[in-house]
Amino acid sequence: MNSKFQIQNLNFYFNSEKVLKEINLEIPANKILGIIGPSGSGKTTFLRSLNRMNDFEITSRIEGKILLDGKDIYNSDFDVVALRKKVGMVFAMPVALPMSIYENVVYGPKLDGINDKNKLSELVEKSLSAAYLWDEVKDRLKTSGMRLSGGQQQRLCLARVLAMEPDVILLDEPCSGLDPISTAKIEDALAQLKKEYTIILVTNNTKQAARVADNTAFFLMGEMIEVGVTKQIFTSPQKSETNDYITGRFG
Amino acid sequence: MKLISEKGVQRILMLTAFSAISALLLIALFILSEGLPFIFKYGLKDFLFSSEWQPNLGKFGIFAMIVASLWVTFGAMIVGAPLGVACAFFLSEYVPRYIMRIIKPTIELLAAIPSVVYGFIGVMVLAPIIRDNFGGPGLSLLSASIILGIMILPTIISISIDSILAVPQSYREGSLALGATIWQTITMVTIKASKSGIIASIILGLGRAIGETMAVIMVAGNSVNIPHSALDSVRTLTANIALEMSYATGLHRQALFATGVVLFVVIIILNSIASVAIRKRMVKK
Ligand SMILES: Nc1ncnc2c1ncn2[C@@H]1O[C@H](COP(=O)(O)OP(=O)(O)OP(=O)(O)O)[C@@H](O)[C@H]1O
Ligand SMILES: [Mg+2]
Repeated sequence: MNSKFQIQNLNFYFNSEKVLKEINLEIPANKILGIIGPSGSGKTTFLRSLNRMNDFEITSRIEGKILLDGKDIYNSDFDVVALRKKVGMVFAMPVALPMSIYENVVYGPKLDGINDKNKLSELVEKSLSAAYLWDEVKDRLKTSGMRLSGGQQQRLCLARVLAMEPDVILLDEPCSGLDPISTAKIEDALAQLKKEYTIILVTNNTKQAARVADNTAFFLMGEMIEVGVTKQIFTSPQKSETNDYITGRFG
Repeated sequence: MKLISEKGVQRILMLTAFSAISALLLIALFILSEGLPFIFKYGLKDFLFSSEWQPNLGKFGIFAMIVASLWVTFGAMIVGAPLGVACAFFLSEYVPRYIMRIIKPTIELLAAIPSVVYGFIGVMVLAPIIRDNFGGPGLSLLSASIILGIMILPTIISISIDSILAVPQSYREGSLALGATIWQTITMVTIKASKSGIIASIILGLGRAIGETMAVIMVAGNSVNIPHSALDSVRTLTANIALEMSYATGLHRQALFATGVVLFVVIIILNSIASVAIRKRMVKK
């Protein structure tokens, strides 16, 4: 098992509040890691520390190491822009950028210097299809991405990350506020995508983790209580907190 | 304990609001009633398009001053707009928010410096530098443009920052997470989303530059002619009114009011463009 990310003794602070406590985790490549846990347990913070989106939080401070393919991403000579191209992210409640659907998808590739019209169109179709959105928007690629419904925007954001052809995709509650049909579409997409990508999926919906994740980690109040193969976590968790959470006894 | 009834409060507020509005209306009416008859008598074309301004000979053409006003305003724009917009982006995108929240009010305070002080600095510092390095009288179109450009910075910076901060954080994060640098995010997303507010800030600055009088009188040199270079001395519409009103009588006095009408119209046009731009931004939010 080769691991994509190795997280070692990670502590994370907002002001003086310790939001992540002593996290140690190996994230294997080409698998889906589900992260579950109650609200405020630090899932989003953890996810954002993997592509250094927390850098913009002036009050934040990080300790420990996060290795991507063996290299420490918080090392001062690590290229942050390259990191974000390699580790794509779909935010909780994602919104389209204020431009057309087409431009949303080619935003990342264009930053990479890809300008060839045919190549870009190809990428657009490929990414939108992979995000199960192509059929709904193929006739109106030039209209504003912001006109799409919430669920469509969520898939558009997935598509624009796919268009960058990253190594890792971080997904923060990609199905919150989606109907079961759209949710199923995204879950199908993820099952296909893990062949090529490493996926980390934060979800408030434990059933979703059970359905799509290969491995599942359970976060509680900034600590990672338990991590393991999804089936084992959901059938025979080692820790009582995990058991309580997945059986719905708290949180 | 109820001293004044709700209805009473409403009446008092209405009365105050009404008197403020009517004061404005009266001023506008006064300027129009003094200026318009002159324009009709003298002829709009001669008034606007002749550059012979010789009140003692009964010649009242303000073309040179219109041109001067436009050049000075344009020059102020060239100086102030890029500087102000760049400063606004720097403060809102590159500087930590809490520092920006200290610097922004400080910049806004610059707007409270009396214009005579700006003029004074222009005369004592700027004009000699221009005279020694580029020639000409020093008091010139160039000095006026630079001083005005600096004077409109607070307006441009402050309103631009407001409209940049109104851009949803999710746009920035979306762009940055796709591997854009802060600069690429500015040029590809933030500018577009805050465009109307930035344009409004520039137009309001423009209105301020056209209307500014004191500082311009002090640094522009005030000779009535169409400038051939930036180093020429010029007289703006506002300067013309302020310089001559103390002794003008009769037709001359009316001509100054008519100059006021021209300024009034220009500024109304600019302000309405700006408020349309600002409203567009509000709606989009
Ligand atoms: N920008 C911030 N500044 C200060 N504190 C923050 C910030 N973002 C998050 N926090 C704090 O960090 C803790 C973890 O938040 P986080 O968003 O990671 O939780 P979460 O597990 O994603 O919750 P949810 O399921 O509700 O999205 C919370 O206590 C929150 O208040
Ligand atoms: Mg969250």
